[in-house]
Amino acid sequence: MGKQETIPQGIHRDPLIEMDKLTKKFDEVTALDGVSFGLRQGELFGFLVPNGAGKSTTINIFTGLASPNSGTTRVGGLDCTRRPTTVQHIIGVVPDESNLYPELSGFDNLCFCGALYGMHKDESHKRAQDLLKTFGLMDAAGRKFAGYSKGMKRKLTIAAGIIHYPQILFLDEPTTGIYAAGARQIRQLIADLHGSGTTIFLTTHYIEEAEQLYERIAFIVRGQIVRIDTVDNLLHPMQDRHIMLISVGRSGMTLSADLALAFPDLEFQAVSTGQVRIKSEKPFSVGPLVRFIEGTGDQSNGSPTVMAITGGGFCPGHRYRSGCNEKRKGKG
Amino acid sequence: MKSCIAFWNIVLKDIRAYYLKPPNISWGLIFPIAWTGMFFIKSGAGSESIPALLTGVIAISILFSSTSMLAVTVTFEKKGRSFERLLLAPIPLGLLMLAKTSGAILFGVANACVPVIIALFLADLFHVVWMEVFAAAFMIAIASTFLGLFIAVSVSEVFEAQTFSNFFRFPMIFLCGLFFPIDSLPVFLRPLSYILPLTYGVDILHGAIQKRSMMALGLDFLIIMGFCVILFYISLRNIHRKRIV
Repeated sequence: MGKQETIPQGIHRDPLIEMDKLTKKFDEVTALDGVSFGLRQGELFGFLVPNGAGKSTTINIFTGLASPNSGTTRVGGLDCTRRPTTVQHIIGVVPDESNLYPELSGFDNLCFCGALYGMHKDESHKRAQDLLKTFGLMDAAGRKFAGYSKGMKRKLTIAAGIIHYPQILFLDEPTTGIYAAGARQIRQLIADLHGSGTTIFLTTHYIEEAEQLYERIAFIVRGQIVRIDTVDNLLHPMQDRHIMLISVGRSGMTLSADLALAFPDLEFQAVSTGQVRIKSEKPFSVGPLVRFIEGTGDQSNGSPTVMAITGGGFCPGHRYRSGCNEKRKGKG
Repeated sequence: MKSCIAFWNIVLKDIRAYYLKPPNISWGLIFPIAWTGMFFIKSGAGSESIPALLTGVIAISILFSSTSMLAVTVTFEKKGRSFERLLLAPIPLGLLMLAKTSGAILFGVANACVPVIIALFLADLFHVVWMEVFAAAFMIAIASTFLGLFIAVSVSEVFEAQTFSNFFRFPMIFLCGLFFPIDSLPVFLRPLSYILPLTYGVDILHGAIQKRSMMALGLDFLIIMGFCVILFYISLRNIHRKRIV
């Protein structure tokens, strides 16, 4: 399981969400293999995962949409497999793709979602209006959901996920495919939700998103948690060493020359075909590097943003995406 | 109480979003009128043939409207993932599916009213036992809707839902005693007739409209209710198996 977990300040010791030795198989594929972890009340915890690592399966098991082959999951002490309906009262879910009704307006979608949790008409209308204001969607309240932009759809889906004031929110890749400003807004909304006391389980491909938002991170690879710790514990070793190895889909030699021109403060060395080692005298941010590599049109891996990052707390040899770069806020 | 609010809102949402849309209203009107016209022209008889045609037109209108609407809307929602939104709501699965099917049942019954209203203007229907007609229409609508649900949870594409629906619907029309009395069917086909829910709904309608039913009214209702329970149970089990894996 890696390093011993440390409990961030202000977080209760008893887990509010718990997964114990959970295994889930789909025919020949083992999506989750003996996974154990817990979240404490008020914590913002998440998986930093490559695609197909088992993140959606994890969320589906917690939310009652999937049942495990072995092991247990508990939310607020309730067994998710045996009492899914009771669990669903206290959780909110925002899936990786919007699941609202395209033929309904934004306002009607929120009211309908409120009604699904038994909210009375007046209550759901008021809550829907409040959420539309909070999420900056008041002007589009009467428009059909089908006509919303991708960012607006994400925001409304998050709003629908919290319409019933859930104690725990599951967010599956909330900013994937969203333009930078929209992603920034969504991250701020998530931070605000967390600030208001909501326990949040979040998955992302984006290293910087994890860095900005998470209190603890779990790296899950091929269905197993390879490391789980606080963001600080995972990132500081890398920041102390100031070395990073990037795998790219083109010649490392050419790329390191391009990078050296663009980032004179950093030192680049082509290690082998498709790998560049980056060294620095001081901590450096991943985002501008990733954006630069994306801008150079490195398409050979099928996705120009996919890269493996090694060093310190990051898991070697696996692919993570980096989103738009922002400075960490509110972290030590 | 919370489940009641959820139930009612799902029914209302489906009625507004699907069943009260102009294309569906026009389809719901045109379809029974077209069936009535076709049978009327084919029979070559006068208005005295209308009571005999009414049974078939009511049954076919309900069968086609209820199975199509539910199979298509649920498949559409599954594809768009909004069905998942419903599964995430804290409502028991059985109640959720009853809410989801209620709109289609009402749509089927409303469709049955169209040929009845037309017939009222064209023929003397004083001898018809309307209570039985509406009870039969209701039961056929429930059975057809649950058949639609069974189809919807078995497929992943809308076109598959339509194709799969016809796989059940057309044999059902020809074997349920509407076009040919079951006694006149080849012996090897007769058992098939008796395993179709529409057979029993049509028998109730035959009794209520033309006073010529095969079986006792109570038995017809009991068997068609049994079909509804089985279809609903299988659908729930399939949803659990396929969606909640």
